Amino acid sequence: MKDLKVAGIDMVYAVPKGSPVHALSDVSFDLEAGRLLTLLGPSGCGKTTLLNILAGFLAPTGGTVTLGDDLITGPGQERGMVFQQGALFEWLNVEQNVAFGPKMNGADKAETKEKVEDLLRTVGLQGFGDKRIYELSGGMQQRVALARCLANDPDVILMDEPLGALDALTREKMQGLILDLWKDTGKTIVLVTHSVEEALYLGDRLFVMAPRPGRIERDYELPFARTGLEVEPRALKASPEFIDKREEILSLIWEMEEEIMGHEG
Amino acid sequence: MSENGSSLFRRATGQNDRKTVTFGDAAAVQSLPLWSALSLAALVLFWWAATRTWGFPAEFRAATKADFAANGERFTQAKMLVQCNGAPADVCDESMYTQWLSPRSFPSPPDTWSGFKMLWTDGYKGVTLLTHAGTSLWRVLRGMFWGCLIGIPVGMAMGLSSRLRGIFDTIVELFRPIPPLAILPLFIIWFGLGDPSSVKLLIFASVWIMIIAARAGVRTVNLSKVRAAYSLGASKWQVLRRVILPNALPELFTGIRVALGVSWGTLVAAELTGTGVGLGTMIFQAKNFFLLDVVVVGTATIAIIGVLMDMLMRIVEARLIPWRGKG
Ligand SMILES: Nc1ncnc2c1ncn2[C@@H]1O[C@H](COP(=O)(O)OP(=O)(O)OP(=O)(O)O)[C@@H](O)[C@H]1O
Ligand SMILES: [Mg+2]
Repeated sequence: MKDLKVAGIDMVYAVPKGSPVHALSDVSFDLEAGRLLTLLGPSGCGKTTLLNILAGFLAPTGGTVTLGDDLITGPGQERGMVFQQGALFEWLNVEQNVAFGPKMNGADKAETKEKVEDLLRTVGLQGFGDKRIYELSGGMQQRVALARCLANDPDVILMDEPLGALDALTREKMQGLILDLWKDTGKTIVLVTHSVEEALYLGDRLFVMAPRPGRIERDYELPFARTGLEVEPRALKASPEFIDKREEILSLIWEMEEEIMGHEG
Repeated sequence: MSENGSSLFRRATGQNDRKTVTFGDAAAVQSLPLWSALSLAALVLFWWAATRTWGFPAEFRAATKADFAANGERFTQAKMLVQCNGAPADVCDESMYTQWLSPRSFPSPPDTWSGFKMLWTDGYKGVTLLTHAGTSLWRVLRGMFWGCLIGIPVGMAMGLSSRLRGIFDTIVELFRPIPPLAILPLFIIWFGLGDPSSVKLLIFASVWIMIIAARAGVRTVNLSKVRAAYSLGASKWQVLRRVILPNALPELFTGIRVALGVSWGTLVAAELTGTGVGLGTMIFQAKNFFLLDVVVVGTATIAIIGVLMDMLMRIVEARLIPWRGKG
């Protein structure tokens, strides 16, 4: 397994007919293999930008990202991505979506079929292989996206608000699924979310980011994701330690928001 | 009228009957088949009644004799009439014209039916209606084939590269508004009369539509899908083949349907170039001899084939692109 090293990332978006946007400034961190990092912060603080740089979809204006010994210069299968929505292929059924990665690599058909069945079982979609994407609920679609990403057995899974479009109940179930997957596969996961509770519950490490320019404001080590695997999630989220942390982070974010409002007003 | 009275003329779906807001609920408006049947019946009735008044002389019915050219007397009469259209007044006078044919002459439904039967079995100038229609259809299909083969790659290239878009945009925008008919004289000079120029005209009619459809189709791709494909290990070619192309299918299909309609409509004009066989040729030649029943049967055949093609495309589309308009 490979560690992720982010060193001095700077990102400036050139805006045609406008002043450039400094989206990230000197973002540096090391993430050991097998950690689950959650990114939290007010809108516009550069979370998506950072994730896109890790995925290799954007080249930073400064700094480097390395996974193991490899410098990241573009997208690659060792880094899988789960988007918020709309990234599944409607012209393929569930099975074909999950099999997309192996197929692109020319993998053996029989092997792929077995793998796909395995993965669908893992995400709780056994028997849905021949369904069309539009026949699935939002939660089921995200399960397919997860399975599709896992089919290539990536070292790192990047998720940009993967549960953002789901209702509260489905969201909680999916959080459980992500934790289970993390435990079972031991993969490195970087997950962006807008929900403080989700960031705390899933994050084994948590960055609170600040805007203008985007940077890491706080770096937390959290116990909840590991206990979350044993304890009942509702009880965990209601525990005093969890609530304390939640309030601490919420007030931190509120301060930032007020600062932003001050800037604008 | 009673609100609950289940009339044949009202929508049959019970659950919609419970709506209180109906006027303005435009999405729920659908074509009621019974009303369609009624309007069609009214059309035929009007046709029948009108032709009772303005009859169609038997001499001009194709059904009277299949080989019209051998019918010397009728042929001469028809020729005279044709000449009357542009001849000096002392050669032809109005009475000669009206003696044979009232200006409002139109074959009645039975005339048309017998004309159809004659065209079906004996044909026009020895070529059956089926052959005429098949020849025309084959031309349209060839035109569409080349139109797609050229238009889709060009349109996709335009959607994928700013440079290519720049190169082709001016050309497409300049040529697209030209009605195919206007370019027909040039095509006749370049490619000669008949098949070559008519098929090329149909390529001209369809290619711009396909270019624009393909360009629009490429643009509908969601960046997330492309990025997801690259992250899953796809090459550029695989992204094009496995993501961008299937993603553009709905737009491409719309383009094909529009282009088919336009091509079919352009066909009559294309066949003016004097190809021996084809619905358009048949109509234009029959017109010269006042064989109005042939003209009407030919026109109706064009209409019916046009409708059938569109229906077929809808069925194929529902099969091929079931995700259209969903999610
Ligand atoms: N393509 C772009 N061109 C110019 N500016 C951009 C572009 N993408 C993002 N930005 C700007 O960069 C900053 C960071 O954007 P980013 O999308 O990374 O924020 P985010 O934290 O993901 O926000 P959100 O929580 O709303 O998703 C914002 O100010 C945004 O306006
Ligand atoms: Mg974002």
